[in-house]
Amino acid sequence: MEFDFADQQPKLLMLMYGLIAFVVVVGGLLLLLDVVPAQFARRREAQLVAASVGGGPLPRRRKQREGLFAFFFLLPTLLLLTIGLVVPAIRTVLLSLMDGSSTNWVGLRNYGWMFSEDSIVRVLINTLIWVLLVPLVATTFGLIYAVLVDKVRFEAVAKSLVFLPMAISFVGASIIWKFVYAFRGVGDQIGLLNQIVVSLGGEPKQWLLNSPLNTLLLIVIMVWIQAGFAMVILSAAIKAIPGDIVEAARLDGVSPWQMFWRITMPSIRPALIVVVVTISIATLKVFDIVRTATNGNYDTSVIATDMYNQAFRYGQSGRGSALAVFLFILVIPIVIYQVRNLRQQREG
Amino acid sequence: MAVFTRPRQAFVIAGALGLALSATACGTGDDKKSDKAGSAECAAYEKYQGNDGKKVSIYASIRDAEADLLERSWSQFTDCTGIEIAYEGSGEFEAQLPVRVDGGNAPDIAFVPQPGLVKRFADAGKLKSLGADTKAMAEQNMPADWLKYGTVNGTLYGVPLGANVKSFVWYSPKTFKEKGWEVPTSWDQLIALSDKIAASGMKPWCAGVESGDATGWPATDWIEDVLLRTAGAEVYDQWTTHAIPFNDPRVVEAVDRAGTILKNEKYVNGGFGGVKSITTTAFQEAGLPVVNGKCAMHRQASFYANQFPEGTKVAEDGDAFAFYFPAIDAAKGKPVLGAGEFVVAYADRPEVQAVQTYLASAEYVNSRAKLGNWVTANNKLDIANVASPIDKLSVQILQDKSGTFRFDGSDLMPAAVGAGTFWKGMVDWINGKDTATVLQGIESSWPK
Repeated sequence: MEFDFADQQPKLLMLMYGLIAFVVVVGGLLLLLDVVPAQFARRREAQLVAASVGGGPLPRRRKQREGLFAFFFLLPTLLLLTIGLVVPAIRTVLLSLMDGSSTNWVGLRNYGWMFSEDSIVRVLINTLIWVLLVPLVATTFGLIYAVLVDKVRFEAVAKSLVFLPMAISFVGASIIWKFVYAFRGVGDQIGLLNQIVVSLGGEPKQWLLNSPLNTLLLIVIMVWIQAGFAMVILSAAIKAIPGDIVEAARLDGVSPWQMFWRITMPSIRPALIVVVVTISIATLKVFDIVRTATNGNYDTSVIATDMYNQAFRYGQSGRGSALAVFLFILVIPIVIYQVRNLRQQREG
Repeated sequence: MAVFTRPRQAFVIAGALGLALSATACGTGDDKKSDKAGSAECAAYEKYQGNDGKKVSIYASIRDAEADLLERSWSQFTDCTGIEIAYEGSGEFEAQLPVRVDGGNAPDIAFVPQPGLVKRFADAGKLKSLGADTKAMAEQNMPADWLKYGTVNGTLYGVPLGANVKSFVWYSPKTFKEKGWEVPTSWDQLIALSDKIAASGMKPWCAGVESGDATGWPATDWIEDVLLRTAGAEVYDQWTTHAIPFNDPRVVEAVDRAGTILKNEKYVNGGFGGVKSITTTAFQEAGLPVVNGKCAMHRQASFYANQFPEGTKVAEDGDAFAFYFPAIDAAKGKPVLGAGEFVVAYADRPEVQAVQTYLASAEYVNSRAKLGNWVTANNKLDIANVASPIDKLSVQILQDKSGTFRFDGSDLMPAAVGAGTFWKGMVDWINGKDTATVLQGIESSWPK
């Protein structure tokens, strides 16, 4: 089909307006951030000059104005957080206490439904499996890989090989893996996994059909993507271990095993926590992989996919919101742990 | 500040571009009404006059080539009346329409394929009831069976537009002729033929229910078609409105009956493998083995004609054609399962009502049918304007007064069942779960 610019004009126009708005807002902000502090600095300079010329005491910065100043800088962030996060969060909580059409209050019935409906319990169990397995396996893989390739030849090449999947979107990765798991009942196999099975003399299988194996196979996709992330962060942390500690340990004659558990692990602990926490949160929110690979069929659904289905496809916004709130509650402890951890590090 | 070394220039360029685009936008938008307005071909549109330059937005799930045909089908109307129709098709229509309506950004008109969704919007008070002209036109041109599905609590909201017939079994007339097989006209003949084909070493049936996030729907059509035949239209109506439980014994019987074909390793899945391969076979591909001789029969709606590769002759003496899915119990009549979309309005401005009336008129349905690949239940459709043999057959079936038409049940049920647990349940069922457990699960998921 020919691409007709005149036909697409409303869309292009919209794009143009969007771009202009972006330029105006971001440009304006940058300008403001440039001009305002400079203005303050100039004023202060003038005050100082005036004070030194007059020989009087140097004027003290007033505390109150500093607060105002900070508030000015925080304003855009606060505004966006309120509009984009706080208001929707409150609304979602309220919706979760209403029925499908969001008109009648039903109390906690949606939450009761969540834990009594067999298919939703299955969804919760699946999410649990995801959250337990993905951070553990992805971090372990990343860590082992980072330790093994540290300071070997072709380290850069080896690392980029594992890191590459990070650049692929979840949807793209899922499509790739769907081909790996593909099944043909008759004729030649087009899926890698089934081709391997067949060439070993086995029967081809419909891998994504049988629970709970299918959930594990989907987890493989996530691990494939996230292991690279874990590897890069942990590798950087390993490189940051001060050379003198390593040298001292060597002089004391440690075995590689001791080196790993006594020196490397304690030194990279903060990085390790960051990696595990980040991957855990990403895993809790996983949506794209399940939706692309199986659409939540064959007992593979997770909270995020079911939340979308309930709210947007089945017209059950109450149930969808309840699932969203539950997901939110699950993420909170992880975030609190992370914040406390960061604070401790700063103090320590 | 390093970001904009020459900020003024950047602003000037952006501003100039924006202005230029806005200027061209103004240049094309106005004065759509051509000089033809008074001419002979515009005579039919006399009653829609007086809305020159007004804009009506239409939102639907129809995209790409089909959408082009759609826009061409009303081009004469827009030329003559000066009403501008802004059409938008979306692949996420069902999910996005409620979002747009709730967000106060509703289209003027939407083509909704699910009576269940029409009911949801009508109950929420979002839909406008029809204008007097539209209502008169719809009641005059549309069969009562169809109008019933656009009616909520006694008020007509949705006017049927396009239609498709689902009670079809695709087969290859060429293969049937070569092998000496007869097109079956009763269920017993159908099973006898299946056994005969199975005995010859070929799997008689092929099926596939994979369809992205709608996976499972082709199997629900199977169940509905069989239920209509074993239990009759009345029980079917009770079932879709939940007057009887989803797992009523008669429904269990119908599902098991469908299972004698769909879950029969001897019968399926020609060209793809065993029973379980049905779940992962895309519905678009599922009937293709009919043409290459790996499978003999494929039950799917009339629109499946578009799936055959280019060069396939879809005709009674060609490579592929369809026969009517035969009745099981002669006492239950000649049921027809089908579906279609309904024109609903979220605004009642005169130009919106004019478009609504036009879409129900003889002028429109014939204009659209002439472009091909389209069927409607509108009785003003002249069958001479329908070109393809399968569409002709569909129109004949739809206009046959002796047939009993029923709408696709999963589109009538609440979306949580009709687009959710029913679809998923059918996938589990084909995957080996027993009928009773599956139907019990769907029954318990029906929103109270």
